[in-house]
Amino acid sequence: MPKRIAFIVPAVLFLVLAVTLWWGLGHDPSIVPSALIDKPAPAFKLPPLEEENPGLSEQDLEGQVSLVNVFASWCLPCRAEHPILMRLAEDDVTIFGLNYKDKPEDARNWLGRLGDPYSQIGVDLDGRVSIDWGIYGVPETFVVDSSGRIRYKHIGPMAPRDLEECIRPVIERLKEQGPGLETVELPASCQGSKG
Amino acid sequence: MIPEIGHYALILALFAALIQGTLPLAGAQRADAAWMALARPAAGIQFIFILTAFLALMHAYVTSDFSVLNVVNNSHSAKPLLYKISGVWGNHEGSMVLWMLILSLFGCAVALFGGNLPPTLRARVLAVQGLIGTGFLLFMLFTSNPFERVFPAPLDGNDLNPLLQDPGLAFHPPFLYLGYVGFSMAFSFAIAALIEGRVDAAWARWVRPWTLVAWCSLTLGIALGSWWAYYELGWGGWWFWDPVENASFMPWLAGTALLHSATVAEKRDALKSWTILLAIITFSLSLIGTFLVRSGVLTSVHTFAQDPTRGLFILGLLIIAIGGSLVLYALRAPAMKAGGLFAPISREGSLVLNNLLLMTAAATVFLGTLYPLVLDAVGGGTVSVGPPYFTATFVPLMVPMIVLMAIAPMLAWKRGDLAGAFTRLRLAAAVVVVIALGTWYLKSEGPVLAVLGLALAGWLFTGTLIEFSGRLKLFRIGMRESLRRAAHLPRATYGMTIAHAGIAIVVAGITASSAWQTEKIQVLRPGETVEVAGYIFTFEGTQELQGPNYTIERGTFQVSRDGAPIARLFPERRFYPVQGRQTTEAAIYTTWFADLYAVIGDADGEDGRVTRLYHNPLVPWIWVGAVVMAMGGAVSLSDRRHRVGAPARRRAAAASARA
Amino acid sequence: MKAALIAIALLFALPAGAVEPDEMLADPVLEQRAREISKNLRCLVCQNQSIDDSNAELARDLRILVRQRLVSGDTDEEVTQFVVARYGDFVLLKPPFKSTTYVLWFGPAVIFTLAAFTLVVLQRRRARVEAKPLSPAERRRLDSLLDDGLDP
Repeated sequence: MPKRIAFIVPAVLFLVLAVTLWWGLGHDPSIVPSALIDKPAPAFKLPPLEEENPGLSEQDLEGQVSLVNVFASWCLPCRAEHPILMRLAEDDVTIFGLNYKDKPEDARNWLGRLGDPYSQIGVDLDGRVSIDWGIYGVPETFVVDSSGRIRYKHIGPMAPRDLEECIRPVIERLKEQGPGLETVELPASCQGSKG
Repeated sequence: MIPEIGHYALILALFAALIQGTLPLAGAQRADAAWMALARPAAGIQFIFILTAFLALMHAYVTSDFSVLNVVNNSHSAKPLLYKISGVWGNHEGSMVLWMLILSLFGCAVALFGGNLPPTLRARVLAVQGLIGTGFLLFMLFTSNPFERVFPAPLDGNDLNPLLQDPGLAFHPPFLYLGYVGFSMAFSFAIAALIEGRVDAAWARWVRPWTLVAWCSLTLGIALGSWWAYYELGWGGWWFWDPVENASFMPWLAGTALLHSATVAEKRDALKSWTILLAIITFSLSLIGTFLVRSGVLTSVHTFAQDPTRGLFILGLLIIAIGGSLVLYALRAPAMKAGGLFAPISREGSLVLNNLLLMTAAATVFLGTLYPLVLDAVGGGTVSVGPPYFTATFVPLMVPMIVLMAIAPMLAWKRGDLAGAFTRLRLAAAVVVVIALGTWYLKSEGPVLAVLGLALAGWLFTGTLIEFSGRLKLFRIGMRESLRRAAHLPRATYGMTIAHAGIAIVVAGITASSAWQTEKIQVLRPGETVEVAGYIFTFEGTQELQGPNYTIERGTFQVSRDGAPIARLFPERRFYPVQGRQTTEAAIYTTWFADLYAVIGDADGEDGRVTRLYHNPLVPWIWVGAVVMAMGGAVSLSDRRHRVGAPARRRAAAASARA
Repeated sequence: MKAALIAIALLFALPAGAVEPDEMLADPVLEQRAREISKNLRCLVCQNQSIDDSNAELARDLRILVRQRLVSGDTDEEVTQFVVARYGDFVLLKPPFKSTTYVLWFGPAVIFTLAAFTLVVLQRRRARVEAKPLSPAERRRLDSLLDDGLDP
C-alpha cells in the first residue's frame, strides 16, 4: 500500500499547481505592494508648483487623514484618474499632490484646464523624493493617517470601484478610529489585501 | 475567400481530430478492428486540413491581406518576405496554427510509419494525439481565431515587432515547437501504455526516436533563442533565467532525463513506470510552459491586455491533459511489473543518478519560476527569483552531473566496476590538474568557480574520448582492428559520445564567457581608440543608411592587435518608423576562441557616440556545443535500431530464419 | 507565441546595454562595486531585468542613487538595504534567506534527498523480495556476457 501512495504524489502535486495557476490568472503580477505600509511617511521637503503657495513636507501630512497622489501631466492614466480626485476633493478629502518629473509649466496648464484637486503640491523634479516613497510608476496614491503614517497604497489609476470599495472605506475607518487603528481590513479585491 | 477556407479547414480538422481521438480508443477497448483502423486516415486528414489552414494564413501574410485582423496586427506591406513568412508564427494565434501543424505532422508520421506497431497500441497512441489536437483546436476556434476579418480593411498593417524581424528569431519558434510538441509523442505512447497496462523493451524502443527528434529540435530552438539574445540585446548576455526561457528549459531537462531512462527501459527492461512518468512530466512541462507564456500569469498583464478566457481555457486543457494522465498513472502504474535488478554501481545505477540530478534541476527551475506566484497566493508577500538564485542552486547540481557523465558510460550494465572506471580516467584526471593549474596561472584574477568549470569541461571531454577509444580498443589492438570495431559500433554510441562532447564544449563556453568578459563603455569621437583585452578598437564615425522598412545608423570600428588590422566592425542602430521602435544590431567578429563585440548608442550632442565594446572569451563555444549536442542526437536517431520499421524487419527476418 | 515574444520584447525592448558613460564613477573600484550591486537589484518597471540591464528611467535613477550612496561611504550591504527599505524584498534578485523563502532555498536539496531516499527504499525492498542469488557458474557466464564491450 505505501508503494501506491508514491504513485499518487504526482497527481496531488499537480492539483496544488493547478490551484496556484488558477489564482494567478486573476492576479496582476505587475503590482508590487509597498514596503512602507504602516510606516511613517519618509522625511522630505519639496518646493511648490506656484511660488506663492507652500510646498510639501512630511509635517504637512500630520493632523488629518489624507491622500498623497503622485501625478504628472505627461501621464495618460493620470488624466483618466483625474475626475475621481476632483470628486474626492469636493467631498472634503485632503489630497496632497506629488508632481513627478514634470515641467512645472505643463503641470500648471494641466491643472488649470482640468481643475486642481490638491490642497498642497510638492514638485519632485528629479524623482529623488519619489524613490523615498517607493514609487515606481505614475499614478500612485497613498492613504496617510493623521499621525503621518502610510496606511494604504493604490498602484495605477483609481477606478470608481477602487475608490468605493477600498480607498473610501480606509479613509472612513481611519477618520472614525484615529491613527491608533491597528489593522485596516480590506475586501479581497483591494490591492495589498491578503489572499 | 482564402481566409475563410483556412477557417473552415480548422473546423474540419477539429472533426477529424475528434474522430481520431474517440473511435479508435473505443475500438481498441472493444477489439473492433474497423474502428481502430479509423485512426490512421483520420490523422492524415487532420494534417491535411491543418496544413491547408496554415498555408491560407501564410497566403494572407505574403499577399499582405489587411482584411485579416491577424495580418493587420503583425505585418506591414514593406516588410521583407522572410519576415512576412515568419510573421505567421510571430503572434499568438498564428503560433497556435504552427503548434497544431507540428502536432498533426507527428500524428501523421505515426500513421504512415507506425505499421510495425501493435494495432491496439497504434490506435491508442493516435487517439491520444487526436485528443490533444481536439483540445487545442477548440482553444483556437473559441479564443484565438487567426482568420478573423476586419472591416473596413486598413490600408496597411501595424508591422511586426522589429525585435522579431531577425533571422535567429524567425526560426526559433518552429524549432521550439518541434521540441515541445515532439514530446507529445512520448506522452501519447505513455498514456497508451498505461491504458494497455503493458510496457516492454519494444515500447521503449518505439518511444526513443520520437523523443530524440523532439530533444534535438528543442536543443536547437533554445540555442537559437539564446544566440538571438546575445547579438540582439546589445551587451553580450545570452541567458537570463527569465520565465519565458525557463519555460523552454524545464522540458529540455526532463526530456534529457527521459532519453536516458528510456535507454534503461529498452536495454534492461527496468525503470518502466518511472519512464512513463517522465514522459508525462516532460510533455506536461511543455504544456505548462505554453500556459505560463500565454496566460499573463508571470508576465505583465498591465502592459498588454490579455484575454482572460484564454488563460482559463488553457488551464482547463492542462487540468484535463495533465491531471487526467497523472490520475491514470496513479491507477495503473502500480500494477506494472518491475523489471531487471541492478546493483547501485552499474550503468543503470548511474543513469538513475543522472535522472535524479536532472529532475532535481528541473524541479529547481520550476520552483524558482513559480515560487513568487505561490508565495503571493498564500499571502506571504512578494519576492523575486533572479539569476543569482538559479546560479546558486543550479551549479551544485550540475557539478556532480558532469563528473558522473564521464564515469557512467564506463560502467557495465547490472554491476559496474567503479575502480576500473577511475583507473581508465587517470588521463582525464591529469587533464583536470593541467587545466586547473594553467587557468590559475593565466587568469589568477578570475573566480575560483571558473577554474572548476574549465576543469570539469576538460574532465568530461577527455573522459568521453577515453570511453570511446576504449570501445575501439584503440592502441591495444591493431589500428585496422580498431577501425573495424569503429565501423561496427552502433550509431547510438557515436551519438552519445558526440552529445557528451558537446556538453563539455558548452560548459567551457559558459564558464569562460561569464568569468572573463571584458567590457568598455565610453563616449568616442571619430578617430579615438580604446583597448579591449589587447585589441585596439578605433572608432571611425557613423553614417546614415536606409533599410527596407527601417533607417540605419551605422558605426564603423577598425580593430587591430599588435599593429596588425584584424577586422572592421559595423554595429547598427535601426529605427522602425511604423512601430516607432529602435533596435540595436551588435557587430561581432569571432575568432572562435572569443568574440569581439561592438554596439553603438546615443550621440552625445557633439560628434561623440556612446560605444560599448566587449571581448567575450569562448562564447561561440556555447552555440557550437549546442549544435554538436543536437548532431549527437541526430546521429543516434540514425541508428538502425531506432529506424522506424526496424523491429518489423527484424521480426520478419527472425520468422524467415525459423521457417 | 505573441505573449512570449512580447514578453521578451518587454524585457529587452530597449536597445543596447543600460549603463551610460555619464553615470559611471571615475574610481574603477567603486564603479565595479556599483555594477555588482546593480546587477542584484531588480528593475520594478521592467519585469525580470536588473537595474544594470535596463534603460528604464527609474532604473537609471536607481543606478545613480546607488553610486551616490557608495561615494558617500555606504557599504554594499547598506546601499542594498537603502533600496530594500523603499521598495521591499521584491527588488532583490537573489531572494533573502528568511522564513518565507526557506522552501526556495532548501527545496532543491530536500527534493533530491527525498527522491534518492524513496529510490533506495524501493530498490532495497525489491532486492529483498525478488533477488535469487545466482550460482557461481551462472554469475561467471553472466559477467562474461555483460562485459562485452560492444554493448553500449
